[in-house]
Amino acid sequence: MSIYLNSDSKIIVQGITGGMGAKHTALMLDSGAQIVGGVNARKAGTTVEHKDHDGNDVTLPVFGTVKEAMAETGANVSVLFVPPAFTKDAAIEAVDAEMPLIVVITEGVPVQDTAEIWAYLQGKSTRMIGPNCPGIITPGESLAGITPHTITGKGPIGLVSKSGTLTYQMMYELKDLGFSTAIGIGGDPIVGTTHIDALEAFENDPETKAIVMIGEIGGDAEERAAAYIAEHVTKPVVGYVAGFTAPEGKTMGHAGAIVSGSAGTAQAKKEALEAVGVKVGKTPSETAALMREILQGA
Amino acid sequence: MDLFEYQARDIFEKHGVPVLGGVVATTPEEARAGAEKLGGGTVVVKAQVKTGGRGKAGGVKLAHSPDEAAQKAEEILGMDIKGHTVHRVMVAAGAKIAEEFYFSVLLDRSNRNYLAMCSVEGGMEIEQLAVERPEALAKVAVDPIVGIDEAKAAEIVDAAGFADDLKAPVADAIRKLWAVFTAEDATLVEVNPLVRTEDGEIIALDGKVTLDENASEVRHPDHAELEDKAAADPLEAKAKANGLNYVKLDGEVGIIGNGAGLVMSTLDVVAYAGEEHGGVKPANFLDIGGGANSEVMANGLDVILHDPQVKSVFVNVFGGITACDEVARGIVGALEILGDEATKPLVVRLDGNNVALGRQILADAAHPLVTLAETMDGGADAAAAKAAAA
Repeated sequence: MSIYLNSDSKIIVQGITGGMGAKHTALMLDSGAQIVGGVNARKAGTTVEHKDHDGNDVTLPVFGTVKEAMAETGANVSVLFVPPAFTKDAAIEAVDAEMPLIVVITEGVPVQDTAEIWAYLQGKSTRMIGPNCPGIITPGESLAGITPHTITGKGPIGLVSKSGTLTYQMMYELKDLGFSTAIGIGGDPIVGTTHIDALEAFENDPETKAIVMIGEIGGDAEERAAAYIAEHVTKPVVGYVAGFTAPEGKTMGHAGAIVSGSAGTAQAKKEALEAVGVKVGKTPSETAALMREILQGA
Repeated sequence: MDLFEYQARDIFEKHGVPVLGGVVATTPEEARAGAEKLGGGTVVVKAQVKTGGRGKAGGVKLAHSPDEAAQKAEEILGMDIKGHTVHRVMVAAGAKIAEEFYFSVLLDRSNRNYLAMCSVEGGMEIEQLAVERPEALAKVAVDPIVGIDEAKAAEIVDAAGFADDLKAPVADAIRKLWAVFTAEDATLVEVNPLVRTEDGEIIALDGKVTLDENASEVRHPDHAELEDKAAADPLEAKAKANGLNYVKLDGEVGIIGNGAGLVMSTLDVVAYAGEEHGGVKPANFLDIGGGANSEVMANGLDVILHDPQVKSVFVNVFGGITACDEVARGIVGALEILGDEATKPLVVRLDGNNVALGRQILADAAHPLVTLAETMDGGADAAAAKAAAA
């Protein structure tokens, strides 16, 4: 078991012929993920050549539309490596095709575009992860995104994070224990899947025994997640928040990582989490130690 | 990116929002010329700073003639308002104000849509109004696809409780402000006050606009002109020119890492370590990004080693997409180019993709300034200790 993604997931790549798309299609195949094709309207009917996990040649079809790709391959996940100017159209095409899961890796999407995508997919069957995220990995089963699949294997920990590299760091710190699913929700002001969505899914996933939640400055997603945990999460949750030293009014790398006045500070997020009994680590390694205590001490 | 009031005024005018004449000036002479251009009558000279409370600080003054405008500009230019030095004033046409209102539309992160706020009680700090008299501030959610159409504008003015004769003209102004919000890809458009003049006109007297930098990059090349290049820290400007994500801070330990989250975390870990080493703090945020190559690394190091406040540097990289050998080559290459200019100790922690090769490259180079750290916490501690000892 896992959340959102497993060994049966059939993945297509929107933007499969671009630099990023090609590079990460190769890495996803190497992880053992079932990549079944790609989309590029201008290169419809062509194919791209890759190697699978065992080094065998793989020829992937390039389709003109997401709808066609789904009809031909049975794909149920799409990963988007589409430049920011075209991300909205690509995402909306996937929503119209009723793609169950879209994972938007692209960084730099105008936030009004993301707001429109989000409004558009209300009441429809698509879940969006991202944008500006590393995607999702269910170690040993599948990878939809850019998370390195070699860091760690399967295990009892569920991880949800705004940050890619902090996800990798945490997976590395706990590599001997392993992860059920690690999901990077992205660092933009608006994202399709939130901490709360992932917490709910991990709570319902029998394979996940404990959850690591990584947040950062900006917005109030962590505070809201804390309120959700108090009401709905019975599994142990360990937290980490980045950005205690971030100055007010400066965007720290991620478009959404900004302290506005007294809102969005790391301290407030930490306090909100601790108030509902979540242990919050001071550093990534202390956070990992807290998780280790929970899983090995129990 | 936050705009100055005069830039907001210009953008409002471009999209048909009713505004008064306004001319930006950087010297008293320009202010005099501006006042003449506006007809030579009464004007308001307003400090252009990206912070509130400038009226209380004496940054807004009435002038009844071009000469007086020059004199007031002279008084205001160079003032310090909450740490912001005034480099420009706006000379604005005077208005006979009958009533003051408030309107804003902004990105609502929590609800993943937009929020319009409107009040018939404008002029005061809106945060204060929201706390003291929340019932006087109408809040109306705006669907990102539908936007503020006629019906939504009517809903907003109704909710705010405008008198019947004002509903139509205020709704019209609101729809034009919405056009500013969408056409310019703003995350905030605020007018405070929106006024009714004694002649019955509705005018946006003071505006605040924040633009989405992602959108500016993708589809508004003209927004580059709105940047306040003079105010940017010279190191921030240099980093930006090299495409680096850099924020100058006020400490001694230079930081380079990959990925925004990991770099923010590195800053925190260095600050904690600094508590044990004489209170040294991180000197900057610098994210070399995913997939960074040796050139990017070298550019980053170049910026940080030229920060005179920096006493030591901590390079903290987890190679996900980034390959550690590229990072190591970047460090070695940058130190070669910098030669004798590089005098500050570097602590390097590498993990992840191609880590063995990366560490080997640094070990082989055996640069006297470079120390390898096994862990993030250990590296932060070592870098803080070196900064404290320097």
